[in-house]
Amino acid sequence: MTAGTRLPRPAARRPRALRRFGRNRLSLLGAGLVALVLALALFGPLLAPYPAHVAGGIDTAARFQPPSAAHPFGTNELGQDVLSLTLAGARVSVLAGFSVVLIGGTTGTLIGGIAGFLGGWIDEILMRLTDLMLIVPNLILAMTVAAVLGPGFQNMVLALALGWWPGYARLLRGEVLAARERPHVTAARAMGASQARVLVRHILPNCVSPVIVKMSLDMGFAILMVAGLGFIGIGVRPPVPEWGTMLATARAYMPDMWWVAMAPGLAIFVAVFGFNLLGDGLRDSLDPRGGR
Amino acid sequence: MADPPLLELRGVSRLYRPRRSLLARGPEVVALDGVSLRIAQDESLGVVGESGAGKSTLTRIILRLERPDAGQILYRGADVARFGPGALRAFRARVQIVFQDPQAALNPRMTAEEIVTEPMLVHRDTVGLDRRGRRARVAELIETVGLRPDHLRRFPHELSGGQRQRIGIARALAAGPELLLLDEPTSALDVSAQAQVLNLLIDLQDRLGLGYLFISHDLAVVRYLCDRIALIRQGRLVEEGPAAQIFDAPRTACARRLIDAAPDLGAPLRSAGRTTGTD
Repeated sequence: MTAGTRLPRPAARRPRALRRFGRNRLSLLGAGLVALVLALALFGPLLAPYPAHVAGGIDTAARFQPPSAAHPFGTNELGQDVLSLTLAGARVSVLAGFSVVLIGGTTGTLIGGIAGFLGGWIDEILMRLTDLMLIVPNLILAMTVAAVLGPGFQNMVLALALGWWPGYARLLRGEVLAARERPHVTAARAMGASQARVLVRHILPNCVSPVIVKMSLDMGFAILMVAGLGFIGIGVRPPVPEWGTMLATARAYMPDMWWVAMAPGLAIFVAVFGFNLLGDGLRDSLDPRGGR
Repeated sequence: MADPPLLELRGVSRLYRPRRSLLARGPEVVALDGVSLRIAQDESLGVVGESGAGKSTLTRIILRLERPDAGQILYRGADVARFGPGALRAFRARVQIVFQDPQAALNPRMTAEEIVTEPMLVHRDTVGLDRRGRRARVAELIETVGLRPDHLRRFPHELSGGQRQRIGIARALAAGPELLLLDEPTSALDVSAQAQVLNLLIDLQDRLGLGYLFISHDLAVVRYLCDRIALIRQGRLVEEGPAAQIFDAPRTACARRLIDAAPDLGAPLRSAGRTTGTD
């Protein structure tokens, strides 16, 4: 209830957020899964047992082989090793998800931060633009843009990022507006601190943690969206392995050749789940007031 | 008086017209209406009023965070509104504020040491201390406000309410001010912390010769600390005079009501202010 009841904690408290994060097992699991997915994105193509299949090689003699020692997740309709494709596919999915969140997050943060800090007409114009973008459903916007620009990795990222920034703009504007009115910001102004100092030292540090949390939560969604675009055929084109495209192709052979869909599906699940757990954990541990 | 007072307000008014929408503005709200006050060096003026009487607007206007719609603020005889960038910086080193809620008034991402150091960084040119000098001054300040050096490494949420308010006071002292605006500095604290902080403020005034503008809704606290008292009601100055006169012979009905409403003035430190829980 009252702040006075809290006991002062012992010294050495720098990595406080880190320790609080470590105390939560689910967040640790999330961090582990994310580390796994990132490692796959970096080294996946190297780990693939059948690099030839990743490069687009086919082996029609070995089509639709069920899981075995040679092919732990079986082979697909072209006789390619599903495990190899899934490992290699991590790169496209994660890189695309990461780019979308980074581009969308940076743009949105910038726009929202400017709108909140400057206020007035600039705020009004930027926020109406944001509202306008929010009205259009994300996936439909991405589909339209991707359809106009044509399929491909860059176009897909661009199409998704275009629909991604408004959420960040709103988030950061709200945070900045709230932080701007806090007494410690008034105190900084009253002591004569420059605009830049007020923004950088007092407002932004108190706004970043929700952005980081949203970014890690959004990574899951972005990967899902990338897979979704791949699934409906406007993402990257085969033979570049990508989880969504793989699922889309595998769908035709369900349920008899179930293993074709299993590895990419599992990969999407693990990636999304991991990023969501990580995001939840970060949200709980980055709040400086802690202990909720 | 030959010398101009430390701070003088002449007929200061402030209106708010809340925006209803993009184009339409709502009716005017009068926050301050022709308020005139003066504070001499090492004098403490208590400003008392109900919530919403315009007390906090007063501090924002004195600090030039807001402009008055009418009237003047004179600092040592100079019009604050006419200060150029240089004079304004000097002014902001000289006039500091201590807030009601010490939790909100301290940046949660900065340690106590960073918080107390910041005014010296902002006013590096006038304070003129290098890194080592600032450290020494912080150590001195922290002792002045009655904390231990190890408190400096803590973040605000790791300190108690009273300790936080001491950090807030240390920060206000860091740039070497002449006038402190104390915006209900004790009303968010529990009773014992309240008494300690009040005694600290009295002690500081004796040692440093500071002028205080002490804002409160609590007459008992004001009587304990202040030489003169100004009563504000709905943005207007109702009565002003030496503390004893206000208490013993209030001239207006409003003043009498306020005094009658304050419980137990015989024991000045048994405050009527409720401790507002902040977490």
